[in-house]
Amino acid sequence: MAEKAIKLPAVNYDDIRDKKVIGKRRRISLPQWAVAWIVLIPALIFLVLFMFYPIINAFFMAFINDFEFVEGAGSFALGSFFKSLEEPCVNWNLFHPDVCDMYRRMPSFGFNNFVYLFQDAHFPATIANTAILVVVEVPLTIIVSLVIASFLNNIKALKGLYQTIFFLPYVTNAIALGLVFNMLFSHTPGGIINVIITGLGGKPVNFLNPSAYEYWVGDELKAVLPPASKFNQAIVIVTNSVWSGIAFKILVFMAGLATIDKQYTDAAKIDGSSGFTIWRRITLPLLSPQILYITITSFIGAFKMYSGVMSVYTNINGSGFYFGGTEGYDWMPVVGWIYKQMDPSSGNLSKPGIAAAGSLVLLAIILFITVIQFAVSKKRVHY
Amino acid sequence: MADLYFADEGALRRYKAKKIIVSILLYTFVTLFALFMLLPFVFMLIGSLTDAKSFDEFTKTANFELIGFNKWSFSNFEAIFSGQIVNRITGATEARPSFAQYYLNTLITAVGSTAVTVVTAVLAAFAFARLEFKGKNVLFTLLLATMMIPGELMVLTNYKTTKSLDWEFTFSALIFVHGVSVFYIFYLRQTFQQIPNELYLAAKVDGVGDVGYLVKVMVPIAMPTIVTIIILSLMGAWNSYVWPLLVANGGWKYDKSYNMQLVSNGLMSLFNSDIANGLDAIKIAGSMVVTFPLFVFFLIFRKYIMKGVSRSGIKG
Repeated sequence: MAEKAIKLPAVNYDDIRDKKVIGKRRRISLPQWAVAWIVLIPALIFLVLFMFYPIINAFFMAFINDFEFVEGAGSFALGSFFKSLEEPCVNWNLFHPDVCDMYRRMPSFGFNNFVYLFQDAHFPATIANTAILVVVEVPLTIIVSLVIASFLNNIKALKGLYQTIFFLPYVTNAIALGLVFNMLFSHTPGGIINVIITGLGGKPVNFLNPSAYEYWVGDELKAVLPPASKFNQAIVIVTNSVWSGIAFKILVFMAGLATIDKQYTDAAKIDGSSGFTIWRRITLPLLSPQILYITITSFIGAFKMYSGVMSVYTNINGSGFYFGGTEGYDWMPVVGWIYKQMDPSSGNLSKPGIAAAGSLVLLAIILFITVIQFAVSKKRVHY
Repeated sequence: MADLYFADEGALRRYKAKKIIVSILLYTFVTLFALFMLLPFVFMLIGSLTDAKSFDEFTKTANFELIGFNKWSFSNFEAIFSGQIVNRITGATEARPSFAQYYLNTLITAVGSTAVTVVTAVLAAFAFARLEFKGKNVLFTLLLATMMIPGELMVLTNYKTTKSLDWEFTFSALIFVHGVSVFYIFYLRQTFQQIPNELYLAAKVDGVGDVGYLVKVMVPIAMPTIVTIIILSLMGAWNSYVWPLLVANGGWKYDKSYNMQLVSNGLMSLFNSDIANGLDAIKIAGSMVVTFPLFVFFLIFRKYIMKGVSRSGIKG
């Protein structure tokens, strides 16, 4: 088909941008940078007030020795710092009127909060707890979702139904489901998992209960269960986390698998490669960007675990700070410990300086993991 | 599927047989795993419908007749919504806040915070995607960097700020403190950037200003992404737990009958209440009541949610 060349006048886009071309309707127009800052205002107000400022403030809180908020100084850490400098000398000692300064808590900068962290009976253990759970559950969740996504990719009938079922945990409330997991893994005869175990001929297991339990069925004492071991509790925590974690990952992997060109796998099939070889040599490398993304975000997310772990203990002790064992510290994650320091039930944050220092340690761990993963991924990921 | 050619009939038959066996294995595995995924939901359904006393008996005896159809009723849900919980083991009664109150609180918070988040995200993403200004890259990098920072670091100061503003036990604390999401700005910016520049220039020629272009052209084009953000934000508000626990757990500041708790916190306080002790079925009914609305929401918007989540996952 012959096309008629239409001659368009040469347009100078810069002129358009500066509105030189538009002559008729004159209106006041702001320069672009002004428009930009105006539309940014709403977001910036919230960002500055509730994000940038709190982050900077947390650094002050962490590095002011034994930091506490002073009445009337608001949320600004340095405000509390200076306010406590000005504290009037209250003399409690009638016999030595000049002694008051000795008891006054002089604010100072230093590492006291961090020293407290590592002298604490539980904080170092919470780092270890979190690390163990992360190292077990993140790879497990990724492998399970990778396998299921690959399987789902190879079936046709009912694919949509299965996808929906596997996605359900994404839209369930973690706390509601924690209670259900707690009951499924109940040590009582009615605990479904124990029904299955005993039905298969095994001995009942005490998964979560911190005290020993006499396992009566009817009038017969079947067994005396010892208090739940750390290992048994971890089974429940990891199961819960795999259960709720695979939804998102399967979805991302499925989306990645859909983009892989069928040519590659078909070519390999013609060459007589087995299904597993194709998966190992073609699918997996082509999926590596998604795997990297999921690995990094999962490790970061998992180090911040809190409600997932807390929720499986809800029906034993729902304080929000109970994480198994008689003391409640068996599997306490870092974030759980930090929240316990804040404990606002008294109407004030109890140890803000220490909580801030703990959060900074968590931040350092997360940064460290991310840097390592990016370094490793440079060699491993195919784009 | 590529056409495969086989040396002889036998090879073809072997190939077909292998394929059938593989697909049987695939379906068996996937079905078993799907059952594992569904187990908590089935348990939740049965538990919430079983009479509380029978369920308590069941946990002690593992007698499955106790949770059979003939024991089912809506009594647990009645207790949850009326707030009148009678401990049928001890006979004690206690009036608790109705879950209807939690629903209402959560709904107001979810809608309010979603509205604020979406407006701030659209405006900010527009500035980052389309407009040129000094400090753009620095500001954007700064925003991305905050995504790494654990929320606990900010919670401390935000809690105190909330108190200084006298926002405790108010919707302002629940809505405005999380009024901006860096992730949504980032996500939306990428969608905006895919809109061709020519449209912007054409709009300029037609005398449409920057804001007019955003409202008339960019927002309609980016609607699928915006809907995804709305859905994710609503779900996030529904499931939020820690922040409302800090700033709005109960309502005793003003008066005892005034309750500000959201569903997750209400559920948690039900679990903790002495009155529900030994009434696991009522607790399960509470869980059911918290989970169910989101399920219905999901089934209605299934395609949007799944597509949106997988896209945000790849690009985020």
